[in-house]
Amino acid sequence: MITKRIIPCLDVRNGRVVKGVNFEGLNDISSPVELGKYYSEHGADELVFYDITASFEERKLFTDILKEVAENVFIPLTVGGGINTLEDFDRVLKCGADKVSVNSGAIRNPSLIAQAAKRYGNQCVVLSADIKRVDGKFMLFAKGGRENTGLDAIQWIKRCTEAGAGEVVVNSIDTDGVKKGFDLEMLEVVCECVSVPVIASGGAGCVSDFVTLFKKLPKVDAGLAASIFHFGEVSINELKHELATQGIIVR
Amino acid sequence: MIAIVDYGVGNLFSLQSSLHYLGKQALVSGDPDIIKKCEKIILPGVGAFGDAILKLQQAGLDGLLKEEVRKGKKLLGICLGMQLLFEQSSEYGDHKGLGLIPGKVQPIKSVIPEAYKVPHIGWNALIFPRNKPINPLFQYIKEKDAVYFVHSYYATECEKNVIAYAEYGALLTAAVANENVYGTQFHPEKSGQVGLKILQAFCES
Repeated sequence: MITKRIIPCLDVRNGRVVKGVNFEGLNDISSPVELGKYYSEHGADELVFYDITASFEERKLFTDILKEVAENVFIPLTVGGGINTLEDFDRVLKCGADKVSVNSGAIRNPSLIAQAAKRYGNQCVVLSADIKRVDGKFMLFAKGGRENTGLDAIQWIKRCTEAGAGEVVVNSIDTDGVKKGFDLEMLEVVCECVSVPVIASGGAGCVSDFVTLFKKLPKVDAGLAASIFHFGEVSINELKHELATQGIIVR
Repeated sequence: MIAIVDYGVGNLFSLQSSLHYLGKQALVSGDPDIIKKCEKIILPGVGAFGDAILKLQQAGLDGLLKEEVRKGKKLLGICLGMQLLFEQSSEYGDHKGLGLIPGKVQPIKSVIPEAYKVPHIGWNALIFPRNKPINPLFQYIKEKDAVYFVHSYYATECEKNVIAYAEYGALLTAAVANENVYGTQFHPEKSGQVGLKILQAFCES
């Protein structure tokens, strides 16, 4: 059986991981290469590198760093941030990314997903959707969650998976940073409407939040988190041990 | 020297990096003269079968691979590269493969329950066939070690040559061997330490 995946997400700016991570045995706490290696050796099933740079020069540095990560880390790598065109796909795939995550780029250019899926295959295209409840409806947000697009998030996800997105990351703005658990209600609605893997993001605060996620929503394939892993609040190895004890299949 | 066959299909960067990481010398080439001089050959591949076999033929590499295998050289096919080793595939029409391993390639959908998602993507455990010795490719790993899969088609009618399965609503062929020819449906270059150990075993074979 396919295992449930645990995915740490690293924000990279100026070639460094934002909010450096403090683990024992790690010399350079904000080196993407060191951290990538650390996570891959400590149970992560996949890594997401998020490019939060703004300028062209910084973007070039990001791809150089990505290449160095890919030379040293032998688990699947997903890259997101600043993906607006097929050239952006090409740029990060050539540096060793396995999957490319699109968010605002797909909102600006709705044909991007179909074009990328045709060229690189559905497995390569990950839709990342920032979702927030507005008047009881799940709405799609853009610009890092700051702007309501006015689009119904569930319809948007359906449309993108039909166009060829091979996976969906559901970022709940409502639970993000709250650390009281994943947004099960939102995730359940998404799982009912798509047949591709769903990755839960936003809200994990402790080990039991992951147990609850996979027990309550067996259709969810993966859990993604950032700070709780980076700050050592949750160790991936211990998390996986607990999931296995609870009968959830992990690597 | 290990040749990673470049025929314009897929990203070869990770594969080359993983061999370098293991301290092995590897080059990426589509030049028959260069490939011929290498001691071992890896045939990678991502994409559709028909397109890939056509590109191999156009580059004059199909005959070369068969000839090198006939001479006893070790060949490892990865993912689509493994599927190309078989006699035929039904991916978008019927296509002939290299015919280095008996069997054929069919859609996963035809054997798994409907509730299972296709492609089969993610980490899955290797299951070794009963009543067969463990293949040397797996000498450094254990049964149930997980490896990374991404595929919508699988190899069938090849039981004799299967050296590992993965369970996904049905037993899917995960790896095959036929004398000096090996194939893995999964990506060893993306399968962490377990994958590196499999590549190491191939390099030492």
